[in-house]
Amino acid sequence: MSKPALLDYAARWWMRLFLAMFFLLLYAPIVILIIFSFNDSKRNIVWRGATGKYYAKAWANDSLIEAFINSLTIAVANMIVGTLLGVITAILLWRFRFPAKKAVEGVLALPIVIPEICMGVAMLVFFNKWWPNNLVWPLNLVNIIIAHVTFTFPFVAVIVRGQLAGLNREFELAAMDLGASEWRAMIDVLLPQIKPSIIAGALIAFTLSLEDFVITYFTAGPDSITLPVKINSMVRFSVTPEVNAASTILIIITIVAVWLAMRIQKEKTNG
Amino acid sequence: MGKTVLSIENIVKKFGNVAAVNGVSLTIQDGDFFALLGPSGCGKTTLLRMLGGFDSPTSGHIFMDGIDITDVPPNKRQINMLFQSYAVFPHMNVEDNVAYGLRMEKRPTTEINQRVQEALALVRMEEFAKRPPDKLSGGQRQRVALARALIKKPRILLLDEPLSALDAKLRGAMQTELVRLQQTVGITFIIVTHDQDEALSMATRIAVMDEGSFCQVDAPRVLYEAPSSRFVADFIGRMNMHECIVIAEQDNGYCINAGGDMGEISVRHAPLPGVRAGDKIYYGVRPEKVIFSKDKPADNVGNAVVLENYSYHGDETLLYCRSQDGTLWTCTLTNDRRNFTPVNVGELGWLTWAADNMILLAK
Repeated sequence: MSKPALLDYAARWWMRLFLAMFFLLLYAPIVILIIFSFNDSKRNIVWRGATGKYYAKAWANDSLIEAFINSLTIAVANMIVGTLLGVITAILLWRFRFPAKKAVEGVLALPIVIPEICMGVAMLVFFNKWWPNNLVWPLNLVNIIIAHVTFTFPFVAVIVRGQLAGLNREFELAAMDLGASEWRAMIDVLLPQIKPSIIAGALIAFTLSLEDFVITYFTAGPDSITLPVKINSMVRFSVTPEVNAASTILIIITIVAVWLAMRIQKEKTNG
Repeated sequence: MGKTVLSIENIVKKFGNVAAVNGVSLTIQDGDFFALLGPSGCGKTTLLRMLGGFDSPTSGHIFMDGIDITDVPPNKRQINMLFQSYAVFPHMNVEDNVAYGLRMEKRPTTEINQRVQEALALVRMEEFAKRPPDKLSGGQRQRVALARALIKKPRILLLDEPLSALDAKLRGAMQTELVRLQQTVGITFIIVTHDQDEALSMATRIAVMDEGSFCQVDAPRVLYEAPSSRFVADFIGRMNMHECIVIAEQDNGYCINAGGDMGEISVRHAPLPGVRAGDKIYYGVRPEKVIFSKDKPADNVGNAVVLENYSYHGDETLLYCRSQDGTLWTCTLTNDRRNFTPVNVGELGWLTWAADNMILLAK
């Protein structure tokens, strides 16, 4: 066999081994989780044959379904509000000069780097203590959505800002030159061009919210449990295949969301 | 011709403490193909952006047809711009790009369709109407951008370095194309370029700009044959430029002493204000007006030189010569025959020219 060319990475055995290890580490736990969701055993340690009954059981579990619906509601609301806020922030930072712009840009990254546990505690304090005592903040979905928007919109802003940085401002100027107002130019020319990053940002916001445990744990009231929080409380008793089933559903929703977003982007480019 | 369409008065544009444009005034006639020419960073693009309304001047005024438009936003000006990057909207096809300006005017669909067809025909892009921009070449994209701007029927079209992104061959073709277009539509063109060849071949008038000010505003021929300063003489084309001393003012020119092998030379020349006998000034002579010959010129207008180097350009050969006093000279040889082996490095000879081909420069 001839020696592989310099850039012919896939032809080297160690490169293939690396790739195999990479995928194994990344996906083996997930695959095992999915397989064991079909395990016909209460203990979920030894394989006892396939069954779908734990999906049925999960489906029949009202509190699980409620948590699931809560999670989806929060994720969708967070996606809409967070994306809107993130896109506006990114455009502001890209387009305009204003005092303390650098500081704003720095502060924007804080929710991304601050440990989630700190964010969670901060939210807890905000909704319980900082809020005037005589006014009780209802611990319902709204405060979870607010908490989620707080930590997801910077991700959207950073992603959209990244694409804006590479964008030629002449497109917008050209639109205005042809008679568009600033507002029209933004809608007609700017937004369509940053659509890919908006979709990517929205997707990140959706999945971050859907899977978030720590911050939700600190802000959830007794009647507003989300799926990750619910799964956590279930695991505290025992890891049953029902937990696996619920997790599998969560994974499938995420995969479908990613797939959909990729399709939307592909359709756009095939135009 | 003759009617002033645009005039600017004392335009200053400062970025911080730096004046990018430093008090320029100008009038542009209807139907002009006007070029703003200068080295990069001379302020020409800043000036163009102010004409387009994308920047506002620190002080000064811009008038169109006598009306002050200094503070009018770009979407309300009868001026359109061809951007350097062309800025053809990537998410719209050719037709939608061209129609965009009319859609902003809320024209009826039938009118839009008809005018889009006309505009595409004008730039010879009819068969590409449905193409997305990423399936077009650079030259085609430029045509789309042109059609998109011209469909608005502006009084003035601004062109920002329109040919800089094209390859050499296409650039030549687009030069003629732009001139044809301008003559067809009769719109005033103002083009910004750093390429003197572009400016000379296309423009009816050129403003040479340096460090935020105009050095000279004239027709191409005047700029080339009668530059008013050393900067312009050097910036436009090639120039052999050396010091000389004015011996005497004459009826229709000057008598100068150019030193070297040359004696006193009488040059027919337009008057140079403020120049007196005894002043040290400069003279210039273009390389294509210089002849490399074996013999000493009879009228003493010429220098003995040694051929140091030459560069072959296909249609012509540039000779780099050094005279005895150490100054460097260039001379152009037209390669007008195929079996032409004219020069050898190290060859001795004379550079000669007609005295009337000399340009005298006081500053």
